[in-house]
Formats: sequence, structure tokens, C-alpha cells
Amino acid sequence: MTTPVIPAQGAEAMVIPAGAAEALAAPETPFEQVWRAFRKDRLAMTGLVVLLGLVLLALLGKLLTEWWVVFDPATVRLPDKLLPPLSAASAALGKGLAPPFGMYPFGTDELGRNVLARMLQGSFVSLSVGIVAVSISLGIGIAVGGFAGYYGQRKLGPISIDSLLMRFTDVVLCFPTFFLILTVVALLPPSIYNIMIVIGITSWMGTARFVRAEFMALREQDFVTAAIALGLPEWRIIFRHMVPNALAPVLVSATIDVAYAILTESALSFLGFGVRPPFATWGNILADGRAYIFDAPWLFIIPGSAILVVVLAFNLVGEGLRDAMNPKLRKRSS
Amino acid sequence: MWRFLVRTVAQRLVLLLVISVISHLVIHLAPGEPSAVDPMNPMMKAADIARIRQSFHLDDPIYLQYLHWMRDLLSGELRSFRDGLPVLPRIWSRFLNSLPLFLCTTLIVWTASFPTGIQAALRRGSLYDRSTTFIAYTLISVPGFFLSYLLILWVVRTFHLPVIGLHTFGTENARGVVRVMDRVWHLVIPSIMAALTGIAVLSRYVRSQMLEVLGQDYVRTARAKGLDEDHVVYGHALRNALLPFVTMFGFLLPGLISGSVIFEQIFAWPGLGLLGYEAILTRDFPMILTLNFMAAALTLFGILISDILYALVDPRIRLE
Repeated sequence: MTTPVIPAQGAEAMVIPAGAAEALAAPETPFEQVWRAFRKDRLAMTGLVVLLGLVLLALLGKLLTEWWVVFDPATVRLPDKLLPPLSAASAALGKGLAPPFGMYPFGTDELGRNVLARMLQGSFVSLSVGIVAVSISLGIGIAVGGFAGYYGQRKLGPISIDSLLMRFTDVVLCFPTFFLILTVVALLPPSIYNIMIVIGITSWMGTARFVRAEFMALREQDFVTAAIALGLPEWRIIFRHMVPNALAPVLVSATIDVAYAILTESALSFLGFGVRPPFATWGNILADGRAYIFDAPWLFIIPGSAILVVVLAFNLVGEGLRDAMNPKLRKRSS
Repeated sequence: MWRFLVRTVAQRLVLLLVISVISHLVIHLAPGEPSAVDPMNPMMKAADIARIRQSFHLDDPIYLQYLHWMRDLLSGELRSFRDGLPVLPRIWSRFLNSLPLFLCTTLIVWTASFPTGIQAALRRGSLYDRSTTFIAYTLISVPGFFLSYLLILWVVRTFHLPVIGLHTFGTENARGVVRVMDRVWHLVIPSIMAALTGIAVLSRYVRSQMLEVLGQDYVRTARAKGLDEDHVVYGHALRNALLPFVTMFGFLLPGLISGSVIFEQIFAWPGLGLLGYEAILTRDFPMILTLNFMAAALTLFGILISDILYALVDPRIRLE
């Protein structure tokens, strides 16, 4: 990922590209370089816009469903059950029970709950499952990888710390991940936090490997030697100087991991081990909608498409970042 | 070569032992006992629960339970908690059900993704390339069960054909041809659904690998010699691009057990994934542990195979 750009042919390296003078006048920060490459990728930009919209929607949904009573996703309106999208609320509802604007944009489910409200509540839960799980896996991965990369040469008895930690990573990699998640989630008491933790604990291995490789390369760089020579404390060298430089590949895999975590949560919900009521997630709205797939297909298609769009957006942004951060590709496209 | 083999196999065996200890610990230390599967059942008296716990060795210290499990597994005497039947014959019969699905899926993945990926690399930046890229990302992002349900819905409504299970109910006494065709039909849809994600991932990988190779000097040399384009692409570029894929054969193996839980559940396919799912529901510890153990063993075996294959196809690599 951070391999230095090596001019392939001497002749090509000598050609000075047009606009080089401006580039020399104001050197771009690495962030600006990545952003410039990223902005050109139309798919990735679309993904980014979708994600920003989703975050806004999730926050808005959280506020609306918490504070606005008629929008409560748990409100049961039995006279209005299984109404298709865009249908109006019936007059049989009592005062104060009618949904906002008297209609259900996404229809209602088998208990007459407003699917739009449930989807909005679910967007916050699904997103936080993804983000918390990935934060956990990033934390473990950076700790294990950083420790192995920085202190790897030290010995604990006959074996070095590096080989100890990396063999442990290999062991965890050999577990059949989805099967393990399923087992643990089925045995633990059902709770949304357990699901986040289990997904996080079983997906840190990639991050650990990236960080270790980056750290081993960074240790040999001059700025680290300079920092050591200056007598900076080790934690400062690690967290202030090395971690930010090792983050590029981690950021890419983290973005894609969020997508993977959301998919895993929905798969767990599908198998009946997911997040339990009263939390609505897209996964369990989808899993519940399965029973009504012939009578009320919107209960199935709406959450399914929502998961598809969001996971797709995360994947596109991740791949766009990967391309933008790859100096080889950046040279080729510009 | 032989020294390498002996040493890696020994290392892998130690790794396998560690894995078995950890998975045993995870499963036994997590809350939720086999005796607590049905807490509301009025027929379960405290004395019965104690008797069950006694006969499953659940009151023994955990290392003894581990030794019991290992001894029973190695002697083939391991019995399921659920019905007391031996575990290994049942795993074998379910394996025979999973195998056709697995082979068919793998075949579809590998035959579909290579042409797609190679074409995308050759026409880099074209409409074809961009649309396959987008479709691949969509297929990676769609929850497999969502797509499968939509497909089932469509097939059942349009063709009025059953798609669930190993064969159509009531065809047991039909003629041989009918039975075979029925089995094949029931195999096709689950394997296509299970293959879609694989095709998406692998074709992207083929594309980037081909792009890498097509930029190499020897491809330019081959073109400069005046070889025709097909020969350059398939004879020179593809052969070199194939190297990393040899290793992927090894990583396919564990998919036999854990890769198919969702699809076997959707299509009611009585294979290993569904067996594991049922075992988890009933907290059938011997079954869960044995399947877990086998999946880990398959993973390690797969890595070994890919190491050896890689050394066989790439003369630059020496196994030391």
C-alpha cells in the first residue's frame, strides 16, 4: 500500500508533467492527494454521498423515533395491518394514533407498525452494530499487530513475542468464523452488545497482519530513528508517529469490514440468532418479513434493498480509498 | 522437500491441538447448557437434569471433559447428546449430501469468473468493464438469503416448480431418468446462489491479476515478436496470472463445512452446514465441537496443499 513510487524507466522519469510547477509551488498533503484521486472515482463518490445521507438519516431516525410519539416504531395499529406502501391510514384509528401525514410511505407490517419508523430506528442500530464491531476489531488488531511489530524482537523465554502473537493470529484464522459466531451467539444470552462484541472479536486478524507489516517497515524509517534519538517516550513514538502512518491500509479494510459486519448481523438475524425485539434492525425486519413474502413482499424487499444499498456503498468507498491510496495506480490514472 | 513436509505437518498438528482446546473452552465456558435447552418443559425434573448431566460427564472438571471428548473422537465412539447416535457416521452421510453442492458451486465459480475477469482486464475502462465491476460489487453486497428468496419467489411463481430440498416429494418411485433429472434440478439453484458471491470476488481478482501481468515486459516482448493476440493473452499472460490462484484451491476446503450454513438452511439441503445449525440449536456439544474441529483441520490441510501446489508450479519457490 505504501510502497514508494519507483520510476519504472529512466526515460519516463525525466519527463516533467505539465503543471509540475504549480505542484512544486504548493506541495499537496497526503490527504489532499488521496482526496484528489478519490474524487475522480464516480462510483466511490456516489457511495460516499449515500453513506453521508445514511448517517444523517440514522441520526434523524433516532431523534424522530425517540421523541415524536406518533412516530414510535413500536406503536401497534391493528386495523391497519399489512397495508402496502403509500397507503393512507384508516379512519378507524383513534385520535393521536394516526401516523404522520396520515399515510404509511413504506406500508405496515403484520401488527400494523409503521415500516418507515421501524426502518429509521433500524438504520441507527444496524449502523452502530457495524461501527462498534469494527471499532472493537480495530482496537484488538492494532494492539496485537502494533505490539508484534514494535516489540516483536524481544524474547519471552525461547520464543519471540512476534512469533507468539502471530501464531495466535494463525490459530484464530483457522476457526470457521461464521460457525463460531453462530455458536457463541446462540449460547450467550441474546443481546445486541454480545453480537457486536462477537463480530468484533472474530474479525481482527486481517488488521493485525496489516499493522504488523506496516510497523516492521516503519521501525526502520528515519523519522522513527529520529524520534528515538530525541528521547521521546515509547508510547508517543507508537501512537503519535507510527500509528497514523500505518493507518492507510487499515482504513480501507475497516470500511469494508463495516459492510461485512452489517451483512453478518443480517445473516444472524435470518438464522434466528440476531438482535431481539424491541430493537429493530434491518436484519430482523427482513427476517420477520420472510413469513409474509407472498402476501406482503414489501416487508421483505424494503429492508433487503436497504441493506444492499448500504453495504454496496461501504464496499465502493472502501475500494475507492484503496485505489486512491495506491501510489502506483494514482500515477497511472493522473 | 520431505523435511519441510514432516516439519509443517508436525507444526499443524500442534496448531490443531491448540485450536481444539480453545474451541472446547469457548463452548463449555459460554453460558447455556445442553440440559437447559427446554427449561419450560414440566416433564424435566431436577433429578432428570442431574441424571442427564451425569451421563454427559457435564459435572466433571473441564479438562476431563476435554479428554473424554478427544478419546471418544479418536476411537470413533463419540455419541451425540441429542439422540445418542454415533457422531461420525452421521457427519459422513451429511458430507455425502454436501459434496455435490460444494463441487457444483466450485465448478460454477471457477468456470464463470475466469472468462469474465479476463475480458474485463482486456477491455479495461470499457462499458463492459465498468458494468461487470458494478455488478460484482452488488453481488458481494447483497445478503445471500435475500437474493435466494427473491429467486425462489420468481421460480415458484413463473415455472410452478419446487426448488426446496434434495428432491421433489413423491418422486422416490419414479423412473431412473426422472429421478436423476429431478436431483440435478434441485442442485442447480442452490449452487448458483451459493456461487454468485464467489464469482464476484474471484472475477475481480482475476481482473486485477491479469492487469498486473499484461503490463509486464515479457507480454510486450511476445507482442513485439508478432504473436497473435490470443496466444499472447492465453499462452503468455494467463499462464503467469494463474500462479496465485493455485493457492486458492487450498482455501476452498473449509467452505465445505462452514460456508454453506445459510444456503443449506434456505434450501433445506441436509448437508454439513445444516447439521451444524441443528447441533447449535440443540446445544449438541459433541457434534458442534467435532464439526468445528473438522473445519479447522480442513483449513490447515488446505493451507498445506496450497503451499505444496505453489512450490510445484512456481520453480522460484523452494520449500525449506
